[in-house]
Amino acid sequence: MNAVTPIRTAAEQSLISAYAALRAAGAPAPAVEDLRAQGYSRFEASGLPHRRVEEWKYTDLRAMMREAKPLAGAPDASTLLAAKVAVGNIPRIGGSRLVMVDGFYSPELSDTGTMPDGVKVTSLANAIVGRPEIVARLAGSAAAQANAAFALNAAFLTDGLVIEIAPGTDVGHVLDLISITSAGEARLINARVLVLVGEGASAGIVETHVGPAGTDYQKNVALQVVVGNGATLEHGRRQIEGDQALHLATLDADVGAGAHFDTLTLTTGAAVSRSQLFTRFVGENSKATLRGVTMLRGRQHADTSLLMDHAVPHCESKELFKHILDNEAHGVFQGKIIVQPVAQKTDGRMMSQTIMLAEGPAMDNKPELEIFADDVACGHGCTCGELDPDLMFYLKARGIPHGEAEALLVEAFAREAIEDFGEGPLGVVEELREAMLATILDWMRARA
Amino acid sequence: MSLLEIKNLTAKLADEDKQILNGLNLTVEKGQVAAIMGPNGSGKSTLSYVLAGREDYDVTDGEALLDGENILELAPDERAAKGLFLAFQYPIEIPGVGQMTFLKAAINAQRKKNGLGEISTPEFIKLVNGKAKELGISQDMLRRSVNVGFSGGEKKRNEILQMSLLAPKLAILDETDSGLDIDALKIVADGVNAMRSPDRAFVVITHYQRLLDYIRPDVVHVMAGGQIVKSGGPELALELEANGYADIVGKAA
Amino acid sequence: MPAVQETVEQVRSIDVDQYKYGFTTDVEMELAPKGLSEDIVRYISAKKGEPEWMLEWRLDAYRRWLTLREPEWARVHYPKIDFQDLYYYAAPKSNPAPKSLDEIDPAILETYKKLGIPLREQEVLAGVAPENRIAVDAVFDSVSVATTFKDELAKAGVIFCSISEALREHPELVKQYIGSVVPTTDNFYATLNSAVFSDGSFVYVPPGVRCPMELSTYFRINEKNTGQFERTLIIADKGSYVSYLEGCTAPMRDENQLHAAVVELVALEDAEIKYSTVQNWYPGDSEGRGGIYNFVTKRGDCRGARSKISWTQVETGSAITWKYPSCILRGDDSQGEFYSIAVSNGAQQVDSGTKMIHLGKNTRSRIISKGISAGKSQNTYRGLVSAHRRATNAKNFTNCDSLLIGNKCGAHTVPYIESKTASAVFEHEATTSKVSEDQMFYCMQRGLTQEEAIALIVNGFVKDVLQQLPMEFMVEAQKLIAISLEGSVG
Ligand SMILES: Nc1ncnc2c1ncn2[C@@H]1O[C@H](COP(=O)(O)OP(=O)(O)OP(=O)(O)O)[C@@H](O)[C@H]1O
Ligand SMILES: [Mg+2]
Repeated sequence: MNAVTPIRTAAEQSLISAYAALRAAGAPAPAVEDLRAQGYSRFEASGLPHRRVEEWKYTDLRAMMREAKPLAGAPDASTLLAAKVAVGNIPRIGGSRLVMVDGFYSPELSDTGTMPDGVKVTSLANAIVGRPEIVARLAGSAAAQANAAFALNAAFLTDGLVIEIAPGTDVGHVLDLISITSAGEARLINARVLVLVGEGASAGIVETHVGPAGTDYQKNVALQVVVGNGATLEHGRRQIEGDQALHLATLDADVGAGAHFDTLTLTTGAAVSRSQLFTRFVGENSKATLRGVTMLRGRQHADTSLLMDHAVPHCESKELFKHILDNEAHGVFQGKIIVQPVAQKTDGRMMSQTIMLAEGPAMDNKPELEIFADDVACGHGCTCGELDPDLMFYLKARGIPHGEAEALLVEAFAREAIEDFGEGPLGVVEELREAMLATILDWMRARA
Repeated sequence: MSLLEIKNLTAKLADEDKQILNGLNLTVEKGQVAAIMGPNGSGKSTLSYVLAGREDYDVTDGEALLDGENILELAPDERAAKGLFLAFQYPIEIPGVGQMTFLKAAINAQRKKNGLGEISTPEFIKLVNGKAKELGISQDMLRRSVNVGFSGGEKKRNEILQMSLLAPKLAILDETDSGLDIDALKIVADGVNAMRSPDRAFVVITHYQRLLDYIRPDVVHVMAGGQIVKSGGPELALELEANGYADIVGKAA
Repeated sequence: MPAVQETVEQVRSIDVDQYKYGFTTDVEMELAPKGLSEDIVRYISAKKGEPEWMLEWRLDAYRRWLTLREPEWARVHYPKIDFQDLYYYAAPKSNPAPKSLDEIDPAILETYKKLGIPLREQEVLAGVAPENRIAVDAVFDSVSVATTFKDELAKAGVIFCSISEALREHPELVKQYIGSVVPTTDNFYATLNSAVFSDGSFVYVPPGVRCPMELSTYFRINEKNTGQFERTLIIADKGSYVSYLEGCTAPMRDENQLHAAVVELVALEDAEIKYSTVQNWYPGDSEGRGGIYNFVTKRGDCRGARSKISWTQVETGSAITWKYPSCILRGDDSQGEFYSIAVSNGAQQVDSGTKMIHLGKNTRSRIISKGISAGKSQNTYRGLVSAHRRATNAKNFTNCDSLLIGNKCGAHTVPYIESKTASAVFEHEATTSKVSEDQMFYCMQRGLTQEEAIALIVNGFVKDVLQQLPMEFMVEAQKLIAISLEGSVG
């Protein structure tokens, strides 16, 4: 049913011509040309995904992306100057700062002076030259490859970052990665980041996605992560895009043996957004924690779709996602835990919880288990409702005004997903937790 | 012939390369009450599980003869049929399975192996109610699922109820006293004492003299490092109570 | 309690791969020509002496069906069905519409007796207290051969008969309700059923009447290469109550047979319908040869305020099960329930669950699903719970647990939970695990064999659902589950 899409929408047509133009202009390396062609052929075959494609059932991208904006080019000097000011206003989290403007890495705006030894940061365009192993990694997992947003990201692959952390390195502080969209005419921003955490290394990365309000720019980013054996990666993500933006983000992670991967996303921005997490255990005795808090108001739409692939035995995964919806917002959570036949002794627990603050929002949940091994303990839970009236009453009976009582309960609700993030060996993400909790309180205050 | 004869029993965890029983020797005579004491982690529960046939352990050497027959190759239910009973240190909860259903299934399994017909329902109810009353187990507990929602002490009493219904040849009580209040301890001990007989034996695993005040042991064995390191009369338990394990264990190690 | 003992007994005495309902009955049958066409639809309608509007309704459905494609979203795999290679109508030749039991072919009476369903009222009456009586509609391939206790039910005003008879005797009732819950356009199989349905049961309970006994239909597929397309319609008028049970079996055959039923329930104000199924179609052998394809559309409409519909199913049979008994909670304060046990063993494939669609205010629903997979089977729970904007204060509780026995099977859970109302409270929990080794060991330490221990633990696992069945069927269902899991361990 979804194989043939005979009529191209305006957006699809612009994407087709954008690709043609990009091809004519040539790629930074032949390998990039191949990656682009692979991604494009997938897009060409199925077009933009729509609601009859099961994985996009609740986020009909074809309907939501009426037109495709022109592809953003590398920022010029004045754009960089303006971006510098904007970036300067974002409080820094952790040590070194890495900045991408419109999808292009900007060493000028970045601050890598305090970068510890063992961490190598290269723009993607430069990193792929003469490095077939990097190119091979960029192809992505089978799940990512089959995905429409990731395929489009590959089709327009141009720049981004490659962060390599040498085996045994303890980065010791968080890499603060800002991905900013410049003001001006709305464009389509495409960026790819690859993070390779060497064996036994540990690192923390925080991504912040920002952009101007009032313009309907489009952003399609992908972060690929390889957590080596015995390594630890803590990954935070703040999606605070401009209010009109369309934001698509893919996280594609391979977790090695005895490794530890922890990711936390806070979503408050964009008009339409989708965060996809493809995580796969490739070595035994590992642990992954995926979590997120989504706060939506107005007519915002945000989709979190995850696939947790237990491909090897003895791994543990935990997924916890919280949604707070106001006005007419629409939240989506789709989560799937797969336990492959060999993956005995798997422990997988997934939870999605929603609080609605008004009569108007809608929440769609689809938590799935797909289990082919018997010696497992897997489960999922899902709750949806308003704030507990008994608790509200109790707080108000103690003299706390309505709005404040709501804020207290919402904060407590969200905190559960944030609280023990980074409790792992790093313990340096306190700042991020604090920043996220502050954002949540601000968000609640802004309601009043 | 001794009721239980354990020779050079060596066992490790099935999943790991960790040896827990290290060539253990132990003999229990008919009619005897043998106490086993020993520091935490010395392997007392492991011994009881290996005898009962739990799959988490691999026997790598030695044998265990019950009435002269090596039982280590038998499935757990076959060992139970031969008269071996284990009162678990941590009794298992079985949600949805009614206590009465479970007890009846166990009794009938035993009767069948002895060539007897199934117990009639009135006879069964009378039997259970009688024993339950003696052990202070309420009707409400009998109506619930096996061990579900039972307090620690209630679970232990429930183990003793099962023991008295199944009337085994050899009963191993693994820390049945822990979690019991003083009255319950007395009730449980009375239950055991009432069952003492010339052809039945008890192995009582405990940390405290208190239980042994009520159930007088004939012999006391001390276990350490997966072996029996010392055996003696009831006075050994008192000695341990006063001085701890340091002397004995230190010497043995 | 005794049931467990019996279960245990049963487990011990039954051979692996033995399906005790697998015999065939030798009766001369009248078959429609093979294949499907407008002519066949006309043939069926004519055989049943239906009114003209019914034929038109069928033909509409047939034309619609021609434009539809088989659904592919379920997690089931089977070779393409050749719809032209089936018989759509099969009735005993001797007397396709017997007026009394004396006119029924004795071989058929014997069949039902063998299945434990006596059709002679005096046989039923012997030793059964009046409140425990069950009225039975017996459907043999495409036709209803007998309905018992009709007269006694009629005294209470309850209509219980085959749908063919209802079309003749109560056409206005049928016309008013048929297709009003599952429209002819609903889905591929429901549309096919609308075109070619042969027989099934019809129940109407008048206002304020509590149906004086359990009603039940027993479906039997006997003929080869025949699809069974039954249609059941149950209407509980205001303030009435009815409990209905459906049972099914089929002979053992190497080929697959199609069973595509539609069941529609309508509960008006304050009415309650309890619908129970013990589905034991032939599941095929352990290698996946033969067995029934059970593609069924069941839906209940809580049309009136404070109405209630409750589905209970015990699914042990069929090579493939594709069924989602659902509730449309239209009336304010209405309630829907779904209790399910789905056992799969051998090469069986189950994709089953429910839909609870909350439209009215203060509607409540509850889903308890217990899946047990063994052998090489695949067992999927698929469900939808949704609350529409005006469904304020809707509540749903869902619990779906899966148990795996052995490491070659699969258990999958695919729930959709959609809320458009803040005051709706939805709670969903699902777990998947294997039979606990600790529990097994504990039971075996007390002397139970491995199979007895499994039977006991599984019975504990499904207890919440079993309790929903009418008393008489609880024991039967318990045995069935134990038998279905035969040979799954060791
Ligand atoms: N299934 C198991 N997995 C891992 N370790 C185990 C297991 N069973 C036993 N052990 C280890 O073997 C040792 C002996 O344990 P065991 O339970 O037999 O001790 P115990 O003498 O009964 O102790 P306690 O007095 O605390 O009950 C301990 O170190 C324990 O941690
Ligand atoms: Mg112990």
